[in-house]
Amino acid sequence: MAAAVPGASRARAAAALLLLLGCCGAALASGPQDQAEQFFRSGHTNNWAVLVCTSRFWFNYRHVANTLSVYRSVKRLGIPDSHIVLMLADDMACNPRNPKPATVFSHKNMELNVYGDDVEVDYRSYEVTVENFLRVLTGRIPPSTPRSKRLLSDDRSNILIYMTGHGGNGFLKFQDSEEITNVELADAFEQMWQKRRYNELLFIIDTCQGASMYERFYSPNIMALASSQVGEDSLSHQPDLGIGVHLMDRYTFYVLEFLEEIHPASQTNMNDLFQVCPKSLCVSTPGHRTDLFQRDPQKVLITDFFGSVRKVEITTETLSLHRDVAGFESKFPEEELATEPLKYAEQLPVAQIIHQKPKQKDWHPPGGFILGLWALIIMVFFKTYGIKHMKHVF
Amino acid sequence: GGGMAALLLLLLLVAAGPGRADAERERRDALREELLLSPLPTGDVAATFQFRTRWDADLQRGSVSHYRLFPKALGRLVAALGVRELHLALTQGFWRTRYWGQPPLQAPAGAELWVWFQPTVTDVDKAWKELSNILSGIFCASLNFIDSTNTVIPTASFKPLGLANGTDHHLLRYAVLPREVVCTENLTPWKKLLPCGSKAGLAVLLKAERLFHSSYHSQAVHIRPICRDASCLAVSWELRQTLTVVFDFFASGQGKKDWSLFKMFSRTLTDTCPLASQSKVYVDISPKNKEKELLEVSPAPTSVHETIVQGDKKTYAVYDLLSPSLFNTSRSLNVQLKWKRPQDSSEMPIPTLHAQRYVGGYGLQTGEICTLIYNTHPYRAFPVILLETVPWYLRLYVHTLTIITKGKENKPSYIHYQPAQDRRRPHLLEMLIQLPANSVTKITIQFERALLKWTEYPPDPNHGFYVGSSVLSALVPSVTAMKNMDVEQSPLFTSLFPSSDGSSYFVRLYTEPLLVNLPTPDFSMPYNVICLTCTVVAVCYGSFYNLLTRTFHVEEPSRGGLAKRLANVIRKFRGVPPL
Repeated sequence: MAAAVPGASRARAAAALLLLLGCCGAALASGPQDQAEQFFRSGHTNNWAVLVCTSRFWFNYRHVANTLSVYRSVKRLGIPDSHIVLMLADDMACNPRNPKPATVFSHKNMELNVYGDDVEVDYRSYEVTVENFLRVLTGRIPPSTPRSKRLLSDDRSNILIYMTGHGGNGFLKFQDSEEITNVELADAFEQMWQKRRYNELLFIIDTCQGASMYERFYSPNIMALASSQVGEDSLSHQPDLGIGVHLMDRYTFYVLEFLEEIHPASQTNMNDLFQVCPKSLCVSTPGHRTDLFQRDPQKVLITDFFGSVRKVEITTETLSLHRDVAGFESKFPEEELATEPLKYAEQLPVAQIIHQKPKQKDWHPPGGFILGLWALIIMVFFKTYGIKHMKHVF
Repeated sequence: GGGMAALLLLLLLVAAGPGRADAERERRDALREELLLSPLPTGDVAATFQFRTRWDADLQRGSVSHYRLFPKALGRLVAALGVRELHLALTQGFWRTRYWGQPPLQAPAGAELWVWFQPTVTDVDKAWKELSNILSGIFCASLNFIDSTNTVIPTASFKPLGLANGTDHHLLRYAVLPREVVCTENLTPWKKLLPCGSKAGLAVLLKAERLFHSSYHSQAVHIRPICRDASCLAVSWELRQTLTVVFDFFASGQGKKDWSLFKMFSRTLTDTCPLASQSKVYVDISPKNKEKELLEVSPAPTSVHETIVQGDKKTYAVYDLLSPSLFNTSRSLNVQLKWKRPQDSSEMPIPTLHAQRYVGGYGLQTGEICTLIYNTHPYRAFPVILLETVPWYLRLYVHTLTIITKGKENKPSYIHYQPAQDRRRPHLLEMLIQLPANSVTKITIQFERALLKWTEYPPDPNHGFYVGSSVLSALVPSVTAMKNMDVEQSPLFTSLFPSSDGSSYFVRLYTEPLLVNLPTPDFSMPYNVICLTCTVVAVCYGSFYNLLTRTFHVEEPSRGGLAKRLANVIRKFRGVPPL
């Protein structure tokens, strides 16, 4: 018995040691495996952003400032203009009521100009309508639309959709003349899912009763944030006495302050974004919805949606460029010269204009009424005088 | 392989600093940039930037694939859609000809696009629609709103500014969007088309915060074919990007008439664009009334240039940024203009031709458009073409058109009127009117306002509806005869319009746009009507239905609850009848 115990304990110790070694070995072996998993963690290859401001008129300055501050953050974190669809329903920067033209401020005392010097607005003024917004999302766009106005996402795109304006329980008002309902929005997202137009979608809305807009979503891989619950109003932050209007909404103001801390290599995750703007600062209760989202929000980086972080592989191969430029210039095709000299047109050829022949109107066959009238006249004539007179006519 | 070779070629060419002239002939494209500063009689100052890229290649024929200075977006557009000439202008503000003088190149408020197509284009309307869509994407402007309701085909105005074989006006399209706003998002892509962007050369002065804090801001793109040399047997393509801005005496000048580059743009010039073959700043120091100069410029200019511009002799101080002596003393160039003696307000010269337009009448049913054209030349008469485009919802009555000069009726030598079709085509009125010397011509036409359908109103209908500026094209007699000069040697601002006859110069003026109110319905009425109708129906029909279908039967009174029974007991004691 005394011999068995030390034997058993020795065996146990050996087993424990083997297990430890095995674990170490496994850990070492799964190093590259882990790294590979980390590399493809998020599953997206490109980022898009659709930023919509739906309000018109000068007193809705804050909605344009909201949208532009998100635009500014998204551009700063790397998403290029070609991947951003910016829709502003009114022009505040060059509005005649703006005391400082070509600027839109987000902080009072004109601290931060979110309009900047390098802004490209894709849909402006009257083009921001519910129809255009849904066409951008679903991709059902007329063929002559230029590229900068299209959302050319694929099934590996992460899309950020930000909307702001005036809203109510279940709808969002566009430009004081039409609305989009939460059902329409949910159906649009389902169309996007069925056409595989997104990998993951983050929907942020800053309006009154914003949570009602994400109640009806039913497509997978959507995470939604709103600035207020149903029955609550989203409030604006601070007015600027020089400009005369409220500059930002509270929720977006604190989101902007949060995003200013983010840089492309941040590891901040979505849970931190959910904590932005507690009730003490925002007065309304921000809400979020993650049940349709497959990953854990703790593991979703902010830069997965707000930035455009590219995975780069550094290679050690060398490429050699051939210095063959001799035959390049001769690529211009030989041009035939004109036989007689070309000339410029006269800007005001008075004589030619006065004697311009009037445009010959295209001959149209006579319409129904005239034809009927003539037919009646001819029939009456021949009925009165008999058919034998026809040879005199022709 | 080809891409790599192109990249290497580009690097090689850019690195070849000296020997620029020879290399240019090989490269076949050249950039000239120029800034013209002209102080205006009212104390304001106008700055006109011109960037001209000239490319000795035929964009129409042959497959051109190597773009260097000429922007690829515009080159592909010209080739693919068969465009012969393209003029796009985005303007904020209005040029006050009466106080500021003739503009070098004016544009109407909003967006203006006019295009001549090649004769080979079969469906001009389709090409026009595609062109406006593509340009709306390039310049971030709502040019996609250009359709048949605001496009017209002028027959006498807008003759081609470049080489032209024939002028069949069916290849011309003209549209103006007076409601278009111009802001930084239109300036950004315009700056990106410049070869050096806004990083070097004259374009460093183009900062949005200063440019839009002005009375007039107009940026334009002009593409046209020009003669390659004096013999004019081959065609070159020219792209001119112009930007005119007028800084206000009170707002930007803070009430002082002294101007400098730093005061206007909050920046100075530090270096030149390495891709530019010529980079000059011209300052207008012309003396008025043949006196000594009134204006003093500092630092000293590299040369002084005298030329005849718009029929009058003008003197310019020239700063050649490529001359090495300019940046000898200081790293940056800040041109300063000072007035030597205070100006008399009575010395303000009146331009030979100016016009104004306004809406007359009262109420929301009828109105009248009045145009006044002034010819202030003491003894010469000249003709002017007036082009008016009026939207279909202002129904013009052509029988009320009157043209009165000096109290008598003035019959135009040529009238072209195309009536509007509701929701399809606007009114087009073109007239060639002879303006007698020293006269005012008043043109009036009455209109009636239409009631639009409920869904056709914009989201802010109480702002009003715009009528685009009318265009006046005239050959104004010159004070001094002009000689034909070589385009390459003369400054850019003199070679905008091809001049054939030295005795008069061509000018195109625009009048004010008009803002008219249409009768606007109350948009809450559909909601009100539905509520009222439903209430009436519910009350009337509901009442009738109840009366007809309700049957009455007697109901046994219930014994009542516990409280009632107790109450009845107490009442019995009191001697009061029970409940």
